[in-house]
Formats: sequence, structure tokens, C-alpha cells
Amino acid sequence: MSQTTTEIRLAGSGGQGLITGGIILAEAAILDHKNVVQSQSYGPEARGGASRAEIIIAEGPIFFPKATWVDIFLAMSQKACDQYSFDIKNDGIFIVDTTYVKQIPTSSAVAIPISAATREKFGKELFSNIVALGVLCEACKVVSGKALKAAISHRVPKGTEKINLEAFTFGQKLAREAQKNHNEADSEAIAADT
Amino acid sequence: MNKKSSYRLLQGNEAVAEGALAAGINFFAGYPITPSTEVAEILADRLPADGGKFIQMEDEIGSIAAIIGASIGGCKALTATSGPGFSLMQENLGFACLAEIPLVIVNVMRGGPSTGMPTSPSQGDVMQARWGTHGDHPIIVLSPSSVEEAFHYTIKAVNLAEKYRNPVILLMDEVIAHMRARVSLPPESMVERINRVHPNMPPEWYLPYERSATGVAPMASFGDGYRYHITGLVHDAKGYPTASPNECRDNIRGLFTKIERGFREICLVDYEQMEDAEHAIVAYGSMVLSARSALEQLRESNCKVGLIKLGTLWPFPRFALEQYLPQLKTILIPELNMGQIYREILRVNAGKAVIEKLNRVNGTLITPSELVKTVKGLIR
Amino acid sequence: MISNSQLVNKYFRHNKKFPHIWCPGCGIGTILGSMLRAVDALALDKNEIAFVSGIGCTGRAPVYVDFNTLHTTHGRALPFATGLKLSRPELKVIVATGDGDAAAIGGNHLIHACRRNIDITTIIFNNYIYGMTGGQYSPTTPHGDKAYTCKLGNIERPFNIAALVEAAGATFVGRSTSYHTLQLQNIIKKAITHKGFSVVEVITHCPTTYGRINKKGSAVDMLSWQKEVAVDKTRAAKMDAKELEGKIITGVLMEKELPEFCEQYDKIIAEAQNQQ
Repeated sequence: MSQTTTEIRLAGSGGQGLITGGIILAEAAILDHKNVVQSQSYGPEARGGASRAEIIIAEGPIFFPKATWVDIFLAMSQKACDQYSFDIKNDGIFIVDTTYVKQIPTSSAVAIPISAATREKFGKELFSNIVALGVLCEACKVVSGKALKAAISHRVPKGTEKINLEAFTFGQKLAREAQKNHNEADSEAIAADT
Repeated sequence: MNKKSSYRLLQGNEAVAEGALAAGINFFAGYPITPSTEVAEILADRLPADGGKFIQMEDEIGSIAAIIGASIGGCKALTATSGPGFSLMQENLGFACLAEIPLVIVNVMRGGPSTGMPTSPSQGDVMQARWGTHGDHPIIVLSPSSVEEAFHYTIKAVNLAEKYRNPVILLMDEVIAHMRARVSLPPESMVERINRVHPNMPPEWYLPYERSATGVAPMASFGDGYRYHITGLVHDAKGYPTASPNECRDNIRGLFTKIERGFREICLVDYEQMEDAEHAIVAYGSMVLSARSALEQLRESNCKVGLIKLGTLWPFPRFALEQYLPQLKTILIPELNMGQIYREILRVNAGKAVIEKLNRVNGTLITPSELVKTVKGLIR
Repeated sequence: MISNSQLVNKYFRHNKKFPHIWCPGCGIGTILGSMLRAVDALALDKNEIAFVSGIGCTGRAPVYVDFNTLHTTHGRALPFATGLKLSRPELKVIVATGDGDAAAIGGNHLIHACRRNIDITTIIFNNYIYGMTGGQYSPTTPHGDKAYTCKLGNIERPFNIAALVEAAGATFVGRSTSYHTLQLQNIIKKAITHKGFSVVEVITHCPTTYGRINKKGSAVDMLSWQKEVAVDKTRAAKMDAKELEGKIITGVLMEKELPEFCEQYDKIIAEAQNQQ
């Protein structure tokens, strides 16, 4: 794969809306004038077990449709985190929903209680996938926020566009706060070192 | 959705449904089965708006029977299914071959045999598509290797079915059916539509199975004033059952002759980096995607490897291989089965090049790196 | 009423090789005759009739007559006819099928066609046996009767086809015999006129297989039996259970109006186009 290729994997348990999340992400990439291929694990597991959606975004042509060396990984359940994190790049971005992922296999993860925060803010976890897209957008900038918002409006059920867009913005905010805390912790550590 | 860009995110099965509509399909009968159900769902929504008809039958036997009936009524008819349903369709598929009824069957292959692996990719139905129904019969089988091709090949399948009065099978693997990709669909005015030839002659002249110069007889729709007989028995030019050895021979041979005449037009083959190739990967369906990726890596390390992409599987495009045999040392055939097209390659190769197969039947894909490793091993 | 020679002239195919394939004494020709007289009495255009059949002795009926004729695979006449009717709702679609074709291999299609209420007339030629393959027991072979695959007697219970299709949702059910040609002709006439899925069960005889192995005598004897056991619905209403034992009730057994499939689909099209 060429350098301009980004492989993204969204993993969680069936019902969390990650396949829809994958489709939205892929559509946003097209709006950003990029090439994209999206695939998913499909079947009974999509309704309860570990499920995953994969998105490959590139400037040029994409051949093999499955992710083989993942740049961006989002895990929203412990099982999915354990099962699908084996081929993440060393410098890849690792986002976890700490509501459900209690054991994170790396010390450099973007760790945010996405589902719990969504429940607290919106009263239910239904929008966790869109909040997660907000987090992902803010953490890696692989697709533009503008394109993602347009794709969300197109793909979510009619009448729910507004609240979904709120969820997306909320996710972006969560990511910024996490980044800030992380940077502060870093500078504290640096300060302690010196 | 985005008026500015002509690109859309489309799933393989969605592309098939779009292709069917673009080709003028106005009748669909089917039965739900993973992983092809999206085609039925989309056409159930879209056909009535275009004045077309959709019916969900009680099983796949009924589904193919209904599209044969609709095709006899003058519709362009299509069904979509997967392995177990395709097995059930076999008897009536033979009927459509013998009675020369245009129709398209989309078979999204899943792991088999039996219920197998319903949501995993496979290419296990290649031989079934060729020989699944009993008796000698010609068949046309196309296999798309991208979402965009799923659209174009569906149109091609409908056109070939109409032109040759023959069933056409669109053989997709689950990877192509369920992946989503950025595609650009042509405007309706750019899509070629072929309609079957109807008789213009007075009804008393009409012999429903008398072949014209093209090898194909004009087909009247029921209700158009040409009252004639259609049967699954071997028949004469009038369509009546016969036991005369000469008439039986003419019937069966005629089926083959029409497809042989169209052989070059029916065969869709693409060649990538074959000019100087000493080694070739022959692939179809999702294996083309792995092969392309492998090719890029192999060429970077100066291996003279090319790709022969089979879009048509049956009739087998033997010329695609034959023209390159003098320059090829090795040929690798990766397949998600135990080696089905591999046997055809062996047959055509007749001992000239070294033929190797790479097979997988565990529900996962053969990856580009595995292909690279195998080709490098072969070259050494 | 149309004479026999007029009937032959008007409805039989003159470029088709005869004789037909049926055995001497067979009931199928008589039933086909009643059907043709019904079509003639309704003054239907031959171009508007599609005559569809499955496999078996009955399956060979369409080839001889001058309609749009379709001889399909075993048991599948109804789904072929369903696709044809839906693609061409203006056609009068008549299906000829035997007891094995309709109720065994095609049993699932039969009940679903009933449920769907698509405007097709199905005539089931019930001779209690698989005739073309040489006399094996069918889903309507009476319990205890013999066939060449149950020489010691049938241990399975038969379907009552008329009751089966009524339960499955057919909106017109009639029954007659190949002896009662006039009654049969009138029932078929009503069935063709009926809007919805109509079934006419015709009790008939196979002297060659069923008759021979069960010692039922000649074709004439078997016709006489049909005459004896058939009881018209109105007469049967006045008889008690004991008197009706062993009898076969004939006539229009049930008729009701329910929305027809093709008409409903046209409404779906109108609605879908309206939404655009």
C-alpha cells in the first residue's frame, strides 16, 4: 500500500452501530474527493457478537479491500478490542471506549468513556457510534468534519439529523478534552523529569 | 445525494440492483437468502416506481419458474440468490436453456457445500454454474471483480440473455457483493440496452424455434398473437415434442451453435502487465483484488508477472490463455475453492507452462502477501 | 353448444402430429373437452388464453390446443403461471395439473398460489395415481388401495384436494368428475370468470394403471362408479353423514371475493409512482 493509504477499523459488538459508522466514514471520504473501499464482518455476529467495519481511504486506487495493517483502530467492546487489534501499526491511532474496554493492550491509546458520556449527555447510548465518529475525526483528521457532517445527515434516519450532528460535535469535544488532559499530563511528566 | 460529485458509495449488491434497472429489468422474483438479499430488497422498492413488478415466491424453485413465466410474457426478468437457492434453481435453469428463455440469475457465492458458511466468501459454485443442471446445455457465466463491474456486468448479463435467448448467470463472491466502494455510474443515456428480437412476420409464418441467420430465433411474447408451444421436452422448430433423431440433434446442437457464434463477444477478459510477462496470475472475482495488489509489489521487485482477469467464466475464454502460453513459464491460479478454474487452465495449457494453484476454503481471502510469496517461490 | 367437429376444427392444432399420447379410455381428453367448451361458451379470444401445465399425462394436454401453451417442469406449472400472469395480467391463465403434479411435488406452490389469490384457474385432474410413470401411489390414492409402489395397499392417507385448497385460501373451489361433462363445463366456466385463484378438482380414472391393479374394471365401469358416487352439493345438503359415506360432493363448493394479487400490485405501482 502506498503512503497515502489509510486503513481504519471500527470494532465493537453488534448493535453499537459501527457498520453504519463505517458507511458514513466511507461516504465522507468520497465527499473529500478521496477513493474509498468499505467492508464489514457480516452475519449473526452483527447482531450481538464482535463486529467490525473496515474502511480504506486513499488518494490513488485501492486494490485489496480488507485492512491488513491498520492505521486507525476504534474499539467499543473488550471482545472486539482483543479480537481485532492484532494488526495495528506501531504508530497507529488506538481509540477505545473505556465504558466497555477495561484492559487496553497499549499505553498510548486515546481512552474516552464514549458510551457512558453519550448516555449522560443524551440519555441513551444510541448515538455512541456518531459520538465515536466525532472522536475519530478530531483524533486523526483523515476525513474532514464538514464531509462527515454531510454524510451523517445523509445516512441517519430522517428527522434525527439534528441530534446526530449534536452527537458528532459532542464527540469532537470529548476528543479535544482528552487531548488537552493528555498534553497536560505529558507536560507534567516532562516537568517532573527536568 | 451529492449533486456536485458523480461518485457514489455503493455496495456490490446495490450496484447489481442499479445495473438491473439500468438494463431495463422490469420483473424480479426471489426468495430471501444471505448474502444476496439486498438485491431483492432494493428491487422490491424500486421496481414498482418504474412500473415494474416484484414478487417474493415461496422458494427458489418458484422464483426461477416465475421469472421464466414473466420472460415469456415479454418482461426482462432477473432473480438473485446464493448457493442453496442456486441449487434449487437448477432444474428450471435447464428448462430455460432448452426452451431458450432469456433471464438472469445473480448467484452470490457463499461457503458450501450445504448451508456451509452463509456469510463468508467463496468461489465454490463455478462448476455448478456450468454443469449444475442435468444434460448438455450451453450457459453464460460472468463474474465481476469490483463494485463498478458488478453494475456493468449486470447490464451485460441482461443484454446477453436477451440477445442469445439464453439464461445468464452473474456469479459474484460475497466480498464483491458486500463491499462498498466509490463508483461513478454512467447516465442512463450511455447504457446500452439490447432487447430480444420479436417476430414481425404474420403469425401463420412463425416457427418459434426456427433459427435466423444469427443462430437465434425471434421470440414472441404470450398474448402478442403468435400462439405457440413452449416445452421442456426436446422439440422441433414448431416447438412440439419430437423423438426424431435428426430433430433432436438439431435442437441440442443449435443451442451450442448460437453461443459458439457469439463466443468472442461473450468473453470478457482483461490483461494487466502481460506484455513482457513471463509469469501470470489468472484470477476472477475478489481474487483479482488480491492479485492486483500482489502485482504491484512483485513488479517493484522486478518480477515479470502479469494478470489475466477473467470476467467471463463460461464459455471458458481459452484464447485469453492460449495467446500468452508461448511466453509464460508459470501460471498461478488463486481461487476460493479447491481448484475449479484451475482444471480449465490445465486443460487449455496442455502441459506447456508450469501451473500452480493456491486455494482457500476457510471463509477468508487469499491476501496479496500470500500471493507474492507463492509467485516468488514459483519463479525460484 | 359447439359440436365436436367444430370444437376440433376451432381449438386443435392442425400442424401438430396426432394421435395424442393418452391411453384408450383415459379421462383426460373428456376433461379437456369440457374445458374447451367452457372457453367457447365464454367466447374468449384464443390469443388471450395461456394454457400452462406441469409434467405427467395431464401435462401433455396444452400441446394439442391452439392457445399460448406452456408445458413446464414437474410440479412447477403454478409458479410459471404466476410469473406469466403478473407480467401479462390481461391474459386468462389456465393451469392443467395432475394429482401428483399439483399435490405432491407441486404442493407447496399450490397452497401459496391459493394464499396469494392470483387470478389463475387451476384444473386438477385427479386420477389417484401417477399414470405416466406406470402407476405409483399419489397423494390422493385412497388408504388401502393398491399401486405399483404399494402392492399390499396404501398405508398413507389421501389429501382431500378441494378441502386443502379451500383451507389454503383459494377463493373459488369446484369439483366434478369426467363423467359429468356438462356440470364440469359449467364449473370451469364459472372458475374462469371468477376473479382470484380458482381450483376445479376433477375426479377421473386411469383404467390402465389404477383401474387395473385395483380391479375396477373397464373405463366404462370406472365412469359408472363416478356417476354413482357423485352427489351434487344441493342434494348433499339434504343427506345425513351416513348417507354421504363414500360419496363425492360435486358442484361449486365455495366461492368468495377477496382482493386479487395483480390488481393489488397495480395499486402498489400507483402508490409508488405517486410518492415519487
